[in-house]
Amino acid sequence: MLTNNLPYNLPDSSGHFGQYGGVFVSETLMHALDELKAMYAACQKDPAFTAEFEADLKHYVGRPTPIYHAKRWSSLLGGAQIYLKREDLNHTGAHKINNTVGQALVARRMGKPRVIAETGAGQHGVATATVAARYGMECVVYMGSEDVKRQAANVYRMKLLGATVVPVESGSKTLKDALNEAMRDWVTNVSNTFYIIGTVAGPHPYPMMVRDFQSVIGRECLAQMPEMVGRQPDAVIACVGGGSNAMGIFYPYIPHSSVKLIGVEAGGFGLASGMHAASLTAGKPGVLHGNRTYLLQDEHGQIIETHSISAGLDYPGVGPEHAWLKDSGRAEYVTIDDSEALQAFHDLCHIEGIIPALESSHALAHAAKLARTMDKNKILLVNLSGRGDKDMHTVAEKSGITF
Amino acid sequence: MSRIESVFQELKRSGRKALVPYVTAGYPHPSVTLPLMHAMVEAGADVIELGVPFSDPMADGPVIQRAGELALKHGVGLVHVLDMVAQFRKHNAATPIVLMGYANPVEAMGRDAFASAAATAGVDGVIVVDYPPEECAEFASLLRSKSLDLIFLLAPTSTDERVAQVASLASGYIYYVSLKGITGASNLDLTDVAANIKRIRSKTNLPVGVGFGIRDGVTARAICDLADAAIIGTRIIQEIDVAGPGEIPTRIGGFLKGIRAAMDGVTP
Repeated sequence: MLTNNLPYNLPDSSGHFGQYGGVFVSETLMHALDELKAMYAACQKDPAFTAEFEADLKHYVGRPTPIYHAKRWSSLLGGAQIYLKREDLNHTGAHKINNTVGQALVARRMGKPRVIAETGAGQHGVATATVAARYGMECVVYMGSEDVKRQAANVYRMKLLGATVVPVESGSKTLKDALNEAMRDWVTNVSNTFYIIGTVAGPHPYPMMVRDFQSVIGRECLAQMPEMVGRQPDAVIACVGGGSNAMGIFYPYIPHSSVKLIGVEAGGFGLASGMHAASLTAGKPGVLHGNRTYLLQDEHGQIIETHSISAGLDYPGVGPEHAWLKDSGRAEYVTIDDSEALQAFHDLCHIEGIIPALESSHALAHAAKLARTMDKNKILLVNLSGRGDKDMHTVAEKSGITF
Repeated sequence: MSRIESVFQELKRSGRKALVPYVTAGYPHPSVTLPLMHAMVEAGADVIELGVPFSDPMADGPVIQRAGELALKHGVGLVHVLDMVAQFRKHNAATPIVLMGYANPVEAMGRDAFASAAATAGVDGVIVVDYPPEECAEFASLLRSKSLDLIFLLAPTSTDERVAQVASLASGYIYYVSLKGITGASNLDLTDVAANIKRIRSKTNLPVGVGFGIRDGVTARAICDLADAAIIGTRIIQEIDVAGPGEIPTRIGGFLKGIRAAMDGVTP
């Protein structure tokens, strides 16, 4: 099931998607990555691994997730029909757990009793702490000290689940610095530690492996859409920070050339302000965190600080496969700014009774924009990647409310 | 013959080992770097590794990380580091300079432009921490065409295949990282270092330097019995931190003289 049977056959054996991807790490990590590559290749070929992964997705995560036709919202917009892939209904409230279940199973096969993770908003940290509890592993989560302050509820959730949360004080004290720190831990403790990366970035095989685990999202859609509406959608829309929920829903659709793939990046205060996280739209190729991809950087190649209302999109890089999909023209990437995302957030709450994550609200906002310009018989499929409970404080603060 | 090669040959003739100090360019202030480099040479440094500050130094420990952050606050980037090397060369034509940093600043400048600018400035070797041999065969030959050495790291976890792969691209010297982990970690296991250096020497005739974990004359002396060079980084940054204003070159000079004496087996 995890083996790629599609005519599209990337990455190549050295982890490259065209000029992107690869393995850009210090020699001290190369052996660990070679071991991981070998173990993941063995897992891909092992039906018992696939069976265990699928059973956990079904009974523990709650898959398959439904697709929901947002009828009232679509008719108010007056154009295309919007369908939502409900990843918000997964255990822990987001798509992140699809990947952490998969990687925890690989870690167990490698006999590693300790897992580490980086997290921005805390969703991947919670999903990692969850599976670590489930499989009886020690868990350490690195989180920028700024994010620890902004996401106190998720920090407490991780602690409840038995994880140790380490605040990172270096650099900009956000997600990218947490990633640097997790890499340092891994280099130092590689003999007993598995690094569960939360997105489709990092050195090979991570972008491929995370995509494979997340592609359950798109495979379900491929089967569900014809059952519901008799055909595949005209476009699939997903938000892109590092890009794991987008790769998960895009990947199985890549060979279906009539289906447009649209990734939505965080426009922050607007591209012109320079305060955004739109790596694909406004960045240029470079090397960071183990792979070559589009990066937000200054003229000297230093990585610059990003901004988004959504902590999960607040990252200066993006998965290398998105960089390749952009250059090849198979997917297009657009931006939605903070205020547009907030509007979509409120609309979905009021009109459909669903509180979406601020990350997913970027995809929703672009779908709304697009739907208005399209015929009523057109279909847009949006990946509703997570629920918005974690964003209560952020949204309330914007409306001048404190708890 | 490159400057690095001739330095190692000369040392071999005189039965001595290379002292290779590292300092982050621009730390704690850009005005300190040049006088510090000259003081290092005077104290007996054979090669100087100059750290190029980067916003995301994944392979460095807290000490060198913090040094890089401060240098960045002073606006020091690759362009400025190359300028410092050019300034250094006005007064010193003999001591090899090796730049140590990360891939992205090099890629932002453009690999060709970087190779030309580094050669013009008087750089002798380059360590790009996050360019493993798999990703930089072309870069290695580009540097070679400008008579620059591409220096690679090897680790205790590097398999024999990887040692051979690195040896096929490397020039100048091999930088053996004596510990798992990041720069500035503790405890040096000499038996382990000896076994690994033997393994490396079976695949290459290049000089082998040892870094990560050398803190004083005793550890430097012990490394000299096994390797061709002792590389000292974190300890120097820590020494800078306790130096008073204006006394950094003198203090580091004194510190290195002690190490040099221990390495050469003389009482300072």
